[in-house]
Formats: sequence, C-alpha cells, structure tokens
Amino acid sequence: MTINWRNIGMFGLMATLFLIVGLSQSWSLSLAILNLCIISAIMSLGVNIQWGYAGLLNVGVMGFAALGGVAGVLVSTQPVPAAWAAGGSGILMGMLCAAITIAAITWAYFKMSGGTRTLVITLVGIVGYFIARSFFDPAVDAIESTDSAATGNLGGLGLPIMLSWLVGGAFAAGAAWLVGKISLGLRSDYLAIATLGISEIIVAMMKNEDWLTRGVKNVSGLPRPVPYEVDMQKSTYFKEMAANWGFDIVEFSSIIVKLSYACLFTVVLLIVLYLSEKALNSPWGRMMRAIRDNETAAEAMGKDVKGRHLQVFILGSAVVGIAGAMLTTLDGQFTPASYQPLRFTFLIWVMVIVGGSGNNWGAILGGFVVWFFWIEAEPIGLWFMDLITSGMADDSDLRAHLLKSAAHMRLMMMGIILLLVLRFTPKGLIPEK
Amino acid sequence: MTDFLNAVVILLNFLVIPGLAYGSQLALGALGVTLIYGILRFSNFAHGETMAFGTMFTILTTWFLQSNGISLGPIPTALLAMPIGILAAILLVLGTDRLVYKFYRKQKSTLVIYLIASLGVMFLYNGLIRFIIGPDDRIFTDGSRFLITAREFKEMTGLDQGLAFKMTQGITIGVTVICVAALFWFLTKTRTGKSMRAYSDNEDLALLSGINPDRVVMIAWILTAVLATIAGTLYGLDKSFKPFTYLQILLPIFAAAIVGGLGSPIGAIAGGFVIAFSEVAVTFAYKRVIGYLVPESWAPEGLVQLLSTDYKFAVSFAILVIVLLVRPTGIFRGQTI
Repeated sequence: MTINWRNIGMFGLMATLFLIVGLSQSWSLSLAILNLCIISAIMSLGVNIQWGYAGLLNVGVMGFAALGGVAGVLVSTQPVPAAWAAGGSGILMGMLCAAITIAAITWAYFKMSGGTRTLVITLVGIVGYFIARSFFDPAVDAIESTDSAATGNLGGLGLPIMLSWLVGGAFAAGAAWLVGKISLGLRSDYLAIATLGISEIIVAMMKNEDWLTRGVKNVSGLPRPVPYEVDMQKSTYFKEMAANWGFDIVEFSSIIVKLSYACLFTVVLLIVLYLSEKALNSPWGRMMRAIRDNETAAEAMGKDVKGRHLQVFILGSAVVGIAGAMLTTLDGQFTPASYQPLRFTFLIWVMVIVGGSGNNWGAILGGFVVWFFWIEAEPIGLWFMDLITSGMADDSDLRAHLLKSAAHMRLMMMGIILLLVLRFTPKGLIPEK
Repeated sequence: MTDFLNAVVILLNFLVIPGLAYGSQLALGALGVTLIYGILRFSNFAHGETMAFGTMFTILTTWFLQSNGISLGPIPTALLAMPIGILAAILLVLGTDRLVYKFYRKQKSTLVIYLIASLGVMFLYNGLIRFIIGPDDRIFTDGSRFLITAREFKEMTGLDQGLAFKMTQGITIGVTVICVAALFWFLTKTRTGKSMRAYSDNEDLALLSGINPDRVVMIAWILTAVLATIAGTLYGLDKSFKPFTYLQILLPIFAAAIVGGLGSPIGAIAGGFVIAFSEVAVTFAYKRVIGYLVPESWAPEGLVQLLSTDYKFAVSFAILVIVLLVRPTGIFRGQTI
C-alpha cells in the first residue's frame, strides 16, 4: 500500500489552520471549532453512507439530527414525578390507543382488499384518532400546567447523557425505517421530498409538544459527561497545574473541558470511521456500489435493491442521529428553534460533495473544511465588505446595508462552492478509490 | 334556518374562501414544478426561492412606484409592479440554466445530480435574497383591504355572521383563473405549446420531428418564472413576504404536484386545491359551526380542531404519503404535459 501524501498533506493543512486560529485568536475558540468540526464530520459520514455508498438523496438531515437531540433530553434530564402523576397515565393510554389503531390499520391493509379495505381503514383511523386524542388532550394540559416555569414536561430518565448517543441513533433509525419503507423503490426524487417533509414535521413537533420537550421554552442545563469549569477552578491540584503551565485559570479550565469533549468525540468518530471503512471494503460494500452504479444489472444478479437501500438508509440516518445527540451534549441545551434546514441539511451536503462522495476520509475532511470556513467566513466576509466599502462615506446607506448583509454572504458562498465542486471536480477533495 | 345559514357563512368565511385562495397559490406554484419536471425531468428544489426572488423584485418595484405616488387605486400596486418581478425572475432562471443545468443536460447526468445542483441553486438564491432584501417580514399590500367587509355583509343579509372577502383573496382567485386559462390555451392551441407537449411525451420522437430542444427548455423556464413570480406575489400579498416561508411552502407545492401526478398540469391544479383544502379543513376549529347546527346543550366544549395549525405541514405530508402508498403516479397519471 502506497502512502497517499496528498491526503495526509490536506489533513496536515487543516491541522495547521487550527494552530493558526489557536495562536492568533484563542485556543478556546480553536477547540470549540474543532469540536463542532468533529460532529459535522460524523454527520457527513452518515450522509456519505447514504449518498456515497448507495446514491440515496436525504434532504432531511435536520430532522434526524433533531431526533438525536431530543434523545439527549429524554435520556438525561431528571424525571418530573408531579407531571407523571398528573398526566403520565393519560399519555400512556393515548399511546396505547394509537398503537392499537395503527396495528388494526396494518392488519386491515394486508388482510382485506378493495372497497371494504378503504372503508375499514378510514373508519378505524378516524375512531382511533379521536379515542387517542380524548386521552392525550387532558393529560397534555395537566402536564404542561405542572410547574410550567421550571419544567412543564415529563422529564427524562435521569441516565448518563452519553447513553443518549445510542438512543439518538436508534430514534433516527426508526424514523428512517418509516420514511424508507414508504418512499424507497419509487423514483429517487420521492425519497428526497419525503425526507424533506418528515424533517419539517419532526422539528414542528419539537417546537409544539411542550409536554415532551418543553417546546420553544428550550431545555437547558443538561448534565455533562465531563467536569464543570467551576468545580475544576476550586481544586488546588488544578490551580497548581494552571500556574505551572502559565495559563489563566479560567481559560485553562475551559480548554480542559473542550479538550475532554474533543477526546470523547474523536473516539466516536474513529469507531464510526472504522466501521464504515470495514463495511465499504466488504462484499456488502461492493454490492452497494454495484447497486448504485447500475440498479438494473444488480437486480438481475439477484440483489434485493429495495431491501439494501432501506438498510443503508437506516444505517446512515442512525449515524446522523448519533451526531445530533452529541451536538446537544456539547451545547448542554436543546433549542428546537435552532434547527434550520440551511444549517443542518444543506451544509452537510456541501461537506459530503466537497470532501468527496463515496470516500469516508473525504467526508471527514469535507466536514472539517466546510465547518471551519462556515465559522471563519463571518469575520472574513466582514473584513472583505469593509475593504470594498472603505472608499464610501461612513454614513452611506449602501455601506451600512452591505456590512449588515455580510452574514448572508456565506449562504451564497456555500451555494457557489457546491455548484463549482459538483461541476468541475465532482469527485471532491479525496476521490473515491 | 338562520342557524344553518350562519353555519354555512362561517364555513365560507374561514374555510372555503381561504382554501380557494391558498389552493390557487399552491396550484400556480405546483404548475411551475410540474412544467420543469415534464420538460427537464427533475424536481426543482429551487422553485420556492424562484418564487421569493420574483416577489422580491415585485416588492422593490412596488416601493419605487409608491414613493413616486403611482398606484392602482383600490387594487394593490404590486400588480402593476409584477411585470418587472417576472422579468427579473426570467433573467435569473435563464442565467441559472445556462450556467448550471445546461452542462448536466449535455452530460446526460442522472436525476440525483440535477437534484443536488438544484439544492445548490436554492442555497445561492437564498443568500442572494437575504442579501438584497434581508430576512425580515415585509408587508407590501396597499389599496382597499376588502371587496366585501363583514359589516356590509351582515347589513345586506341580516345574519349574525359576517362574510369578509379580502381584496387579496379576490385578486388571487381572479389572476389564477386567467393564468391557468392562458397556460392551457398556450399548451393546446399554439404551435410552440404543442411542441412542448410532444417533447415532454417522447423526447426522441420530438427530436426526430425537428423540434429544437433548447427552445423548448427555454420556454419551459420562462413559463416557470412567470408562474413562480405570480404565485409568490399573490402569496406575499395574501399573507406577508418573508424569505423563510418560501422555503417552507416548497413541501406543500411538491405534495400538490405529486398528488396530482408529476408532469401533469391539470394534476398540479387539482393537487393544489386538494392540499389546500385538506390543510385548512384539518386545522379548522369547528366549534362555532357545530354550535349553530346542534341544540345548545349539545354544543362542544373544546375547539373541535383535528390538528393544531402548527402541524399544517403534517397534512401535506400525510396526503403525500397516502398517495405514494396507494397510487404513486398521482390522481392524473403524470409524466407528460
């Protein structure tokens, strides 16, 4: 195996950029960018599994990331006994009714046929909906009025937040199964549109179902897997260490916290990368690529195209869900309003395309490069606008407008980068082997 | 009897008229998606942003006209400004086609490549729009607000419930009827329209019979830009202009196009109204209607609302899912114009 100096050089260049930010701006900022870069890299690995391995277009990355985030809340926050007492049984009964309804509809769908089937499904659906609502509505009201300033939701399980990374992956996988079951096997743009739809609905639910996620009131103060800055600043051992290294104690503690996050995230990144590489180079990976490149031929060879697509779609979404849960862990809070399609769906796409679709290392590099410039584009854009408007009078309206709009430049920049890469180097920075 | 009429008036006022107006806006939007699908054979994710772009230029022109004291009296000035918006949108989409899509047509790229390119275009337009007009809410309606106000209606009929018919709703419905009639006349009666249908039906045969593909594609983009700007402006007049809402309206528009049958213009119109009416009907609170129809003691306590308005996207999505499960080709079997 030859050593690929070009790729090593590109990762080296990326490391140099972090060093430059660390030396010129601050180490804390550099590490903060690094942490989000790692999470972005995992998300783009997930999308790469779907797009690069199998050619599936997922336009709902935002929704799967949000499902991961909600897992963070449900796993780690403390349960609220008063809310459970007020409406827990109602919620459970409502869910039971909903489950029975769905089971009855599924049964009717497979066991009946023709006009009776349509009639039965419609009737069961309507009746089941109203029965479930009759349990849900009073329970939801009761829960939301229980101490609504502090909680107003059911709370979570009070388990360690790192468990939510797995749970988040499972949630995302479940949603992916549902979407995939419906829209795979049809034209490829139907999957794109269906994922777009489900992601909008997931985020709308998170904003409105206050009993579950507190909605737009947000959940903050999620427990951390790493120590708190204040605790560290109190310990004498730590004080001595900061003094020895010649750092300010506040900055040193923040660096240590971010570094511990970075270590945890790197472990996840390496695990996902190892598994993805193993899968890609296995017979399974070769079969996936064969299906991607020629579905008809693969089907003629006896491969279950729809089944494989469903499998790979679920796996990719699960990885995105894991990354979403990690993001919530890093933020320490869950803010449904922060899930914007441009930030979560399209930016990840730019990462995958720029990095190199079909190549895991490419997806990681893409995640790092794109996130780095997404963050640093704001100061650069501002500087650029300042430069081209420096000839204008200080009170000029155009100058003020241009300076104010500099932030929107990065959307445009990302669009242009995506189009240019897609057209001129469709293989990306690190091409598929 | 009056109770029954009052109930009907409430339904008309809050369900039928808003449904018609919203359905018209969706239908115009879905027609644009369907035209591009029929000719270029991909789902254009940048369509919502095309609508927003045309609307933005309409708004800028409206402001210019307003500051010069030009208006149409009771009718919104935006209608006068619309041709400029349409022109801007046409230039934009033709420029995009030349710089982006033309290359992939030559390459005979696969569908997903087009989709990703259209995502990139969407990103680009989005930035452009936010850069020029900003992300905030803009209201640009002027002229008189109502064709019939609730009070006039009450005096006219003597009923308890008023029927308010907003100017913007009337204009939306009127303009849509004109646009749809013109489009169908163009597609079925003119030579160019027929060549477009032929191209959409069977590309190879159309090429053999000497139809110029570049011309067909160009006209498809022009028509799309016209429809998108009109749809966007009407939507903006009826609600308000906010770049973000044009990103969200993409889902109901796609749903409308697919429900009707992607590629079928009649389907797009039917789909638009199916989606709009289901959305309004499912999120409508029936409390007052039932209150008029049943004896007082039976009147419901809750709002009798099937789904909160925050979930209107879920309605388009649910219909989309049902269509994909039961009849993936849509109501009118799509694929051709």
